[in-house]
Amino acid sequence: MNLAIKDIRHNLGRFALTTVGVGLLLMVVMGMGGIYRGVIEDAVLLIDRVDADLWIVQRGTRGPFAEVSRVNQNLVHRAQAVPGVATAREFVYHTIQRERDGQPLRIAVMGLDWPNDKGGWLPLSAGRALENNHFEMVADESLRLPLGHRIKLGKETYTVVGLTRNFISSNGDGMAFVTVADALAIQFDVPGEATRLERAARESRAETFEAVLQSPTMIDNAQRPAIARPQVGAVMVQLQPGVAPNEVAKIVEGWGDVTVYTADGQRELLLKGTVDKIKRQIGLFRILLTIIAAIIMALILYTLTLDKIHSIALLKLIGAPNTVILGMILQQALLLGGIGFGIAYVLGQRIFPMFPRRVLITDEDVLQLGLVVLGISVAASLLGIWKAMKVSPNEALS
Amino acid sequence: MIAASTNELAIETVGLTKIYGSGNTEVVAMRDVTMQVRRGEVVALLGPSGSGKSTFLTAVGLINPPTTGTVMIRGTPVLDGPRELTNLRSFRRQHIGFVFQKSNLIPFLTAVENVQIAMQVNGETGRRSRIRAMELLDYLGVADRASNRPAMLSGGQQQRVAVARALANHPSVILADEPTAALDSQRGRQVMELFAKVAHEQQAAVIVVTHDHRSLDVFDTQYEMEDGRFKS
Repeated sequence: MNLAIKDIRHNLGRFALTTVGVGLLLMVVMGMGGIYRGVIEDAVLLIDRVDADLWIVQRGTRGPFAEVSRVNQNLVHRAQAVPGVATAREFVYHTIQRERDGQPLRIAVMGLDWPNDKGGWLPLSAGRALENNHFEMVADESLRLPLGHRIKLGKETYTVVGLTRNFISSNGDGMAFVTVADALAIQFDVPGEATRLERAARESRAETFEAVLQSPTMIDNAQRPAIARPQVGAVMVQLQPGVAPNEVAKIVEGWGDVTVYTADGQRELLLKGTVDKIKRQIGLFRILLTIIAAIIMALILYTLTLDKIHSIALLKLIGAPNTVILGMILQQALLLGGIGFGIAYVLGQRIFPMFPRRVLITDEDVLQLGLVVLGISVAASLLGIWKAMKVSPNEALS
Repeated sequence: MIAASTNELAIETVGLTKIYGSGNTEVVAMRDVTMQVRRGEVVALLGPSGSGKSTFLTAVGLINPPTTGTVMIRGTPVLDGPRELTNLRSFRRQHIGFVFQKSNLIPFLTAVENVQIAMQVNGETGRRSRIRAMELLDYLGVADRASNRPAMLSGGQQQRVAVARALANHPSVILADEPTAALDSQRGRQVMELFAKVAHEQQAAVIVVTHDHRSLDVFDTQYEMEDGRFKS
C-alpha cells in the first residue's frame, strides 16, 4: 500500500494546486536558464555560422563585436594574397532602428560579400538566398517582415527574398542580410541636403584659398563628391585545408595596421566582453530562483507533513518502522518535484516561444534541472522528515 | 462472566511508578503498580480522571515508559524503568493492539486499508493482508463499509474498524482507553462484549480503561485506580 499516493488522492485538489504552483516556479527557473543559454547562443551565433578561421580587425581594437573597428576595403585583397588563405570576405555589421506600424523596428544588418558570399550558408526557413547584388534582403522571422515585403532603408527599397529562423544579434535584434554595398549604403546614407550643405561649405572655404584665387577652375573640384570611400568592420578569412591559423595570423599581424583573432579568440572576447555581465546577472538570478524554489518546496512539504502529524503518530503507535514514514514523505516530495518539473517543461515548451528574446532549452539543461529538482526534492523533504521523526506516538492519543 | 483465560501470563508489571517533572513541579502519576493479566483475560481498569489509568495503559503499551518498575509481555522483559530492553516499536507492532477513545483511524485510508496497514507494517503482503482485513471487518460486522474512509463511518463503525486493526497481527495484548466514551450505551455495550469475545476466542489479554459501570459484567477482572495506585 502506497501511503504517499493514498494521501495525495485524499487531498487531490490541494496537491494539484500546489504542484501547479511548484511547476510554475520551476518553469521560471527553467526559463531563466533558457534565457541565459539564449543570450550566449545569440551572441556567438554569427561568429559560429559565418565560418571564418581568422578575423582581421582594426589595429588595437577587440573587433567589431566589442567596439568600433574600421579597416579599408582593400584589406580583403591584401588578405587574399597571403599564402594559405582560401577566401577573404568583407564584414559589415551594424544595427539600425526604424519604425514600422508605429512600433520601433531594430535590425542588425550584415553585409554579404557579393558575389563570393550570397548567403548560401544561411539556414533558410523560407524563400531563397540573394540572387542580385542590390536591393534584396534575407531577414530573420523575428523581424516579422514576410517574404516579398518591401522596406525602405536609406534611399533604397529592399525586398525580402528569404527568411531565417532564430538569427538574432547579441543585443537581441533580428538580423537582416544584404550585400556589403547595400549594407554600407544603409549605414552611410547621407541626406541630399547634407551633401549640398557640405559642398557649399567647401566652395566657400575654397574661395579663400590662394591657390583657387590663382586658378579659379579648381573650384570645380570642390563641387565633386567628398564623401570618403566607406570602410568595413573587419575582414573574415577562411584558410585552405591543413593550414595552421597561427601561421597566417603571424604574417598578417606583421602588417602593423591590423590585429588578427582566431574564431575562438573572437568568440571568447565576445563572451567575456559584451555579454559577460548579462550572462552573469542571469546566472546569479537563476541560482537565486533555484534556492527560492528549494525553500518554497521545503515549506510546502513541511506543511504537508504537519497536516499528517496525527497519522504519523498513529503509524508509530501501531509500530510502523521509520522507513514507512520516511518513504511516504520522500515519495510525496519526489512526486511534487517530478510532476512540477513535468508541468514546467510542458508549459515552458508552449510559453517560451512567445518571449521576445530566444529562450533556448537544451536537453542538457533539462537533464541538469531535472537532477537539481531531484536534489531539491530530497533536500526539501528533510525538514518534513525531521518533524516526522520528532513526533511521539503519544500524540496519537491526544 | 466467561472464564476462558489460560494460566499463561500475557502482561506482568512490577512496581510501576511514573513521575512527571522534578522538585517543586514533581507529579507522581502512578505509584508502585503491580499487575498480572493472563491470556484470554478481560480486565476493566476503573477510576476517576487523573487517577493514573491512562499512564498505566501507555506504560504497558510501551509508549510512555515508567520512571521505575518493570514491564513483561508474554514473559519477555521489555521495560526496566525507562530502559528499553528490546525494540519497543517492533515489539508493539507484533504483540500489542490499541483502541482509543477516538477511533484514531488514518483519514486518508479506507476502513479495510486502515486494518491492512497494521499488517503491512508487520511485513504481511498486500493480498494476504487484504483477505485477513476483510475477514476481521466481517467478524466485526462492518465488512459492508470496507471501502469507506473514516469520515463516512459512524462513531460505532469507526470503533469497530479500530478494533479490527488492533486484532490484525494476532496480538497477545489489547489495550483500550475509554473505547466507548464516544458511543451511546447500546453501542458501548456492543463494543465491550466484542472485547470479551475477542479475548476469549483469540486468547488475547485485554485491558480496558472505562468509566462505564453498566458493562462491567463482561469483564473477568476489575481494578480500580486512585491517586496513581490500585485501590485495595
